[in-house]
Formats: sequence, C-alpha cells, structure tokens
Amino acid sequence: MRQVMSAEDLGRVTSRIAHEIVERNQGIENVLIVGIPTRGKPFADRIAAALTEIEGAEVAAGSLDIGMYRDDLDTRPKTRIGPTEMPANIDGRTVVIADDVLFTGRTIRAALDALADLGRPGAVQLAVVIDRGHRQLPIRADFVGKNIPTAISERVSVRLDEIDGQDGVWIDHGGDE
Amino acid sequence: MNNLLTTEHLDREVLEELLDESDGFAEVLTRPIPKVPALRGKTVATMFFEPSTRTRMSFEKAAKALSADTVTFSPGTSALSKGESLKDTALTIRAMGVDLMVVRHKATGVAWRLAEWLDIPIVNGGDGAHQHPTQALLDCLTIRQHFGSLDGLKIAIVGDIKHSRVARSDIFAMTTLGAQVVLVGPPTLLPIDPEVWPISVAHSIDEVLDDIDVVYLLRVQTERGGGSVFPSESEYTRRFGMTSDRFARLRPEAIVMHPGPMNRGVEIGYDVADDDRALILQQVSNGVATRMAVLFRLLGGDHDA
Repeated sequence: MRQVMSAEDLGRVTSRIAHEIVERNQGIENVLIVGIPTRGKPFADRIAAALTEIEGAEVAAGSLDIGMYRDDLDTRPKTRIGPTEMPANIDGRTVVIADDVLFTGRTIRAALDALADLGRPGAVQLAVVIDRGHRQLPIRADFVGKNIPTAISERVSVRLDEIDGQDGVWIDHGGDE
Repeated sequence: MNNLLTTEHLDREVLEELLDESDGFAEVLTRPIPKVPALRGKTVATMFFEPSTRTRMSFEKAAKALSADTVTFSPGTSALSKGESLKDTALTIRAMGVDLMVVRHKATGVAWRLAEWLDIPIVNGGDGAHQHPTQALLDCLTIRQHFGSLDGLKIAIVGDIKHSRVARSDIFAMTTLGAQVVLVGPPTLLPIDPEVWPISVAHSIDEVLDDIDVVYLLRVQTERGGGSVFPSESEYTRRFGMTSDRFARLRPEAIVMHPGPMNRGVEIGYDVADDDRALILQQVSNGVATRMAVLFRLLGGDHDA
C-alpha cells in the first residue's frame, strides 16, 4: 500500500476546496453542503467547518444516503439504509455533494436521483477528495482534491479520522503483492 | 433470513438490525417524495384469506414506497371459490412472476407450507392465533422510539391472549429485546400452559397497573370464540379495560398501545385512545416503515445466509 496524501495534504485540500466553493458561488448564502455516507459525511463536515471559518457564518452539512438508489442493489452485498438529513429545504439552493472518491460516477448518479426526491435544487455541484478516473457515466467533479490516475484493479482508500482513526489517502495495488 | 414467518427464533441482533432499518425507512416516509427506487421491478403479492384493513394496506404501501409492484389476491372473488386448492392458487400466482408473498390465513402454519412449496420469500401476515411477526416488529419499534430501548421495560399484554397471534409474536420479540412481559387476562382467555413462555401471568390489571411502562391492550376476538368466555362486555371492561380511571393510575411516562382494530368502550376507554400517551396511530405509521425494512431485507439484493 502506497500513501499518496498525508494528513496535512488532506487539510490543505479541504481548505482549498472550501475557498473554491466560496469563489464559484460568490459567497455561501445559498449553498448547502451534503455528504454521502460513509466518508463523504465527515468530508462535508470539514468543508462546512472551513466555510464557517472563511465566511464567519454558521454552515451545517447534511447527509445524503444513496443506498436505496444504487443501480447494482441486486449484485452487491446487502445494502443498509443510512441516515439522510438535510439542514434545510434544498429547493432553489446550490447543493454541493461531497464524497471521498470519484470513480465510475454511479454513486453520484444515485445521489442526483436521491436529491431529486428531496426537492429541486437550483444547482448541484460536486466536491471529491480524489478523482481516480474510469468514469462509466457522463459525470465530472467541480472541486477535486487530487487527480490520481489509477489502474482499474487498484483500490484507493481515503481515511478520515472520524471514521478510520487517521487521515490520509492510500493506494492498494490489488491482487497479490 | 429467507422468510419472515415467526418472531420465535429471531435473535436479538437481527431484531435490532430490522428496527434500525425501520427507523431509516421511517425517515424516507417523511420526505416530500416518500419513495425510493430500491425494489424497482420486483412484485409483491398480498394474499389475505382473512379480512384485514391495516396489515394489507400497510404492506401495499410499504411495497410501493420501495417502488415494487403489488398484486392482490382476494379469496371471495378468486378461483378458490371454484374449488382450487391453496397450493395450486399459490403456484399459479408464483407463475405470474411474483417475487415475494405476504400471506394471511385463519389456519396456523399456512405461511410455512407456502415457504415449502414456493421458491420465493414468504412473509407471514398472520396465521390463525399463531404468529404475526411484522406486528411485533412495529410494536417494538414504537416502544424503542419512545423509550430508546426495550431493555428492562415492564410490558403488560392485556386481554384475549389465547386467540392472539399478536401476543404470541410480541412475547418473543419483546423478551428477546430485553423487556419483561406480564400477561394479564381472565384464565379463560389465557393459553393453557403459558409457563412455556418467558413471561409471568397476572389475573387482574389492577395488580400490575402502577409498575408497568407499556400497557398493550388486545381486542376480544369474537370471531375466534373470545367473546363466549366472559359474561358481558361491561364485565370485561370492569375487570380488564383501560378505563380513564386506570389510565390516571399509570406511571406518568407509561404508554398505551393497541394493535387495532380497537373497540372503544370495551378494552380501551373512549378518551384513553385519543391521549398523547396512546401510541396507536404511531404504531400504524411505523407499520409501513417496518414492512419496508422486512421487504427490503428479503428482496433487496444479495440474500444473506
């Protein structure tokens, strides 16, 4: 396993993405940050905390469970329903979806469907820690921590203290080493 | 879990998981669009050989909230009245492309027979006086939402235990989740040997009134012969009914539950049924969420062993 980002890198990336969100949206008045469990949620919380610091106004992050919207429910191990909590009505707001790794794009496709059932956002943007390529759908991120070209057999794991007890990003080469 | 037939052998971990999932689906039901596409393309058949309002509608609502299709079997208007057997009826409906069956029947064990005959998950929606597992799950969910946990709670199930599949399902689920259950009723409405269950017995509601957290009232099931074992309704009310007087004597945090359909003025006082501490309608709402959890567990993707 190879480490590709340190805890410090993660902190800088989160802070940069928060600034980019402010710049893109000319403030955060109309912005809602929504994380996809499991690791998208703490990432969203960190972005929200950074935004609170930058803008001096309280920003809360929501949680968007996409399990029930997956297109591979029949073939993956038992899916459990997770928490969906929106800090406010999403109608007309700019919703920034936060997730750890952007890969095939299928999770984000499911997230867009899940959001549509909660209301009608004015715009949806996407923030990810890692974009590892191999998209299977026409989806791209608006805010990317780091682009990492990968082989399809590799595993990218973003670890966040809140869940994993440590911060950083690692790549596992898959198969036997 | 490949079927849901009884609560008797469900272990605590599975029960807790189902309740956790039910809480998740309860949140789905509060959304502007209270629906998820999780079971798109699946078909759920409800086969109710006995009358039912809430259970059948609740299962149908649950299936639809998961985007499954539903087909309904009604014995009155079916070929059953032309002499078709239960097995042939079930196989016929299965052959139409049904993915799960919910069955209610007056005879004990019908759901087990269907589970043997068919290669799809079966949910017992009530078999005779035997089991009604989803009722127990929604009851436990309602109690858990109110108290946080069932551990150490004292629950009195009052009334016609003998004819109650609800009681039989609740006893196992509630005790597995850590509650103490006391059955309260006249000896004629208790089963012959209640000692085989992990419960205690009291013959007077007044004995237990000031010590319990949950009063679970049952309807006297006249259709199963429950009405013939005590002299009159007013006598039943006097001895076992949750009247306003008795309600006033309950501990302030205690709650009242009823599986419905209830007979106001008999087992439950007119005003008691409308009190904030009577969670009867919350039970009904929870029924949909609980059944979503059960349907998703049985149909949603990879089956666990």
